[in-house]
Amino acid sequence: MRSLILITLKCYALQQTAQTYSQRRRAMFRDKDRYLSIILISPSILAVLIFIYGFIAWSVRVSLSKWKGLSADYTWNGLNNYINLFSDPRFHVDVRNTLIFTGVFVIGSILLGFTLAVMLDQGLKGESFFRSLFLFPMAISYIVTGVVWRWLMNPAMGSRTSGFNLLFSYLFQIFVKPFDPEAVFRGLTWHTTPTWGIAAIALAAIWQMSGYTMAMYLAGLRAIPAELREAAQMDGATELQIYRYIMLPLLSPVTLSALIILGHMSLKVFDLIVAIAGKQLPLDVPAIYMWQTTFDGLFYGRGAAIGILLLISVAVLIIPYIRYTLKTETEQ
Amino acid sequence: MKTNLRIGKEWLYIPLIFMAIFYLIPMYVMLVTGFKSFAEIDLKTMWNLPNGIHFDNFVEAYSKLSPSLWNSFLMVIPATLISSALGSLNGFILAKWKFKGADIIFPFILFGMFIPYQSILIPLVQFMSAAGIKGLPGLVLAHVIYGIPITTLTFRNYYASLPQELLEAAKIDGADMLGIYRYILLPISIPSFVVVLIWQFTSAWNDFLFAVILTGNKEWPITVALNNMAGSQIIAWNVQMAGSFLAALPPLLIYIFLGRYFLRGLLAGSLKG
Repeated sequence: MRSLILITLKCYALQQTAQTYSQRRRAMFRDKDRYLSIILISPSILAVLIFIYGFIAWSVRVSLSKWKGLSADYTWNGLNNYINLFSDPRFHVDVRNTLIFTGVFVIGSILLGFTLAVMLDQGLKGESFFRSLFLFPMAISYIVTGVVWRWLMNPAMGSRTSGFNLLFSYLFQIFVKPFDPEAVFRGLTWHTTPTWGIAAIALAAIWQMSGYTMAMYLAGLRAIPAELREAAQMDGATELQIYRYIMLPLLSPVTLSALIILGHMSLKVFDLIVAIAGKQLPLDVPAIYMWQTTFDGLFYGRGAAIGILLLISVAVLIIPYIRYTLKTETEQ
Repeated sequence: MKTNLRIGKEWLYIPLIFMAIFYLIPMYVMLVTGFKSFAEIDLKTMWNLPNGIHFDNFVEAYSKLSPSLWNSFLMVIPATLISSALGSLNGFILAKWKFKGADIIFPFILFGMFIPYQSILIPLVQFMSAAGIKGLPGLVLAHVIYGIPITTLTFRNYYASLPQELLEAAKIDGADMLGIYRYILLPISIPSFVVVLIWQFTSAWNDFLFAVILTGNKEWPITVALNNMAGSQIIAWNVQMAGSFLAALPPLLIYIFLGRYFLRGLLAGSLKG
């Protein structure tokens, strides 16, 4: 949730252009103020340095240790914690679940967000009402969402099947039965199939975050000059063609942002799954494994290794994104 | 510029209303179930309206959750105020009082916004226990520190959008840095403060990870208490739903009353992007 204001990141880059002024400004600086500004900002910089970068380094050190149990143990263990994870069946489940969750959540949110944005961009009456309605789940805690969706997806058999189960069971019949006709006889239903379980949880995440994706696309659509659309209309382009050939390519930076922001969120997904599934192994993800193995199982070394792997996967997405955003905007 | 209303677009209301229903379903089920009596709780009738209005679920949920609701307020209010104040000061310095290396530091602060907190959790717990910081103060500290990136970013963007002439004029009039901040920037930063305060309030209120790691059951904020109540199996669904509603209410009220403000800030920022 924290990263939602990311769009504003772009503004930062825009200001880089203002740097040309800085030479002119510098002459006016007085030394006293300059020192004061450094003194005032240093607690925050120090806090970031220690609590983010220092703690990351500390975690890396823990991940290379044999620490297991309540008291700290920094005995060197090399990369063993990492190597063990790669052959750990639970971690395999986690990676698979994360991939499925990411696929369903990111694609679903982007498709839904884009569709909603295009519909709301038509200048219909009540636009702001719908916009607020689609956005409100963002204000709610994943825990609340999880508790409610757990009830909505509560498994029940036969004629008592209701809620989203009915829909999912129906989809299950369509998509799974043709490939595995005996699935039902083996007692397989959508909620005993991990793939479906994790995809169903992704649906709750889509409910929560698609409104945000919509807001990103709406902002992008509003930033496209009206002349472009008008010119295309003059040339006889249909509404559909305008979106396909003009809006969609122009919106590709928004799509990229959405892909990265939503993608990094799904790597970190934690509370939603805790609230819907508790600590059920089939629906496990790395963030939950880390939490459980560290604070319940006291496998600190392994927990730190999972945390660092999560960090690396997020960094691979986010660092190029920050660089790219800052750079492209400076060039403008 | 918006597309003007054209004839033939009214059919769009059909998918829009359909989607509106999709977004309202969980709220509907939450409220309907929250008002049902215990006897009415059945998956088969989950869509039905309650037979009568049973406020007692809310009373029961409140009596179970009220200490943690109070904890949440106690933690969220200082966390929100402190991190907003810090963000405003940092943003002012990074935008208008650039020192050497400010542009190098900023991306590093930004990255802190995205890190999975699992990667700093073990040191954080170790640090808190070594420093003897327990419970709610520790949680406040975590929210303040890990809130620095986002609050700094928001204020920095806002201050950087203000014309430099505004400051130069004040400098010529003899105002020093703090004077400029106090008398020129602070009074016009109210919109940014609203955005950041809402943001920090919502994310601290809704946080679960820090809360579950850093607090014991006396200091549980509402998210942890709700999750444990829901996971305990003893508590009936109607009470769980009433409790969920109580937990969702404060951020929802803020969203309802200030959401337009918030969205305006969000969209205004992205327009330039």
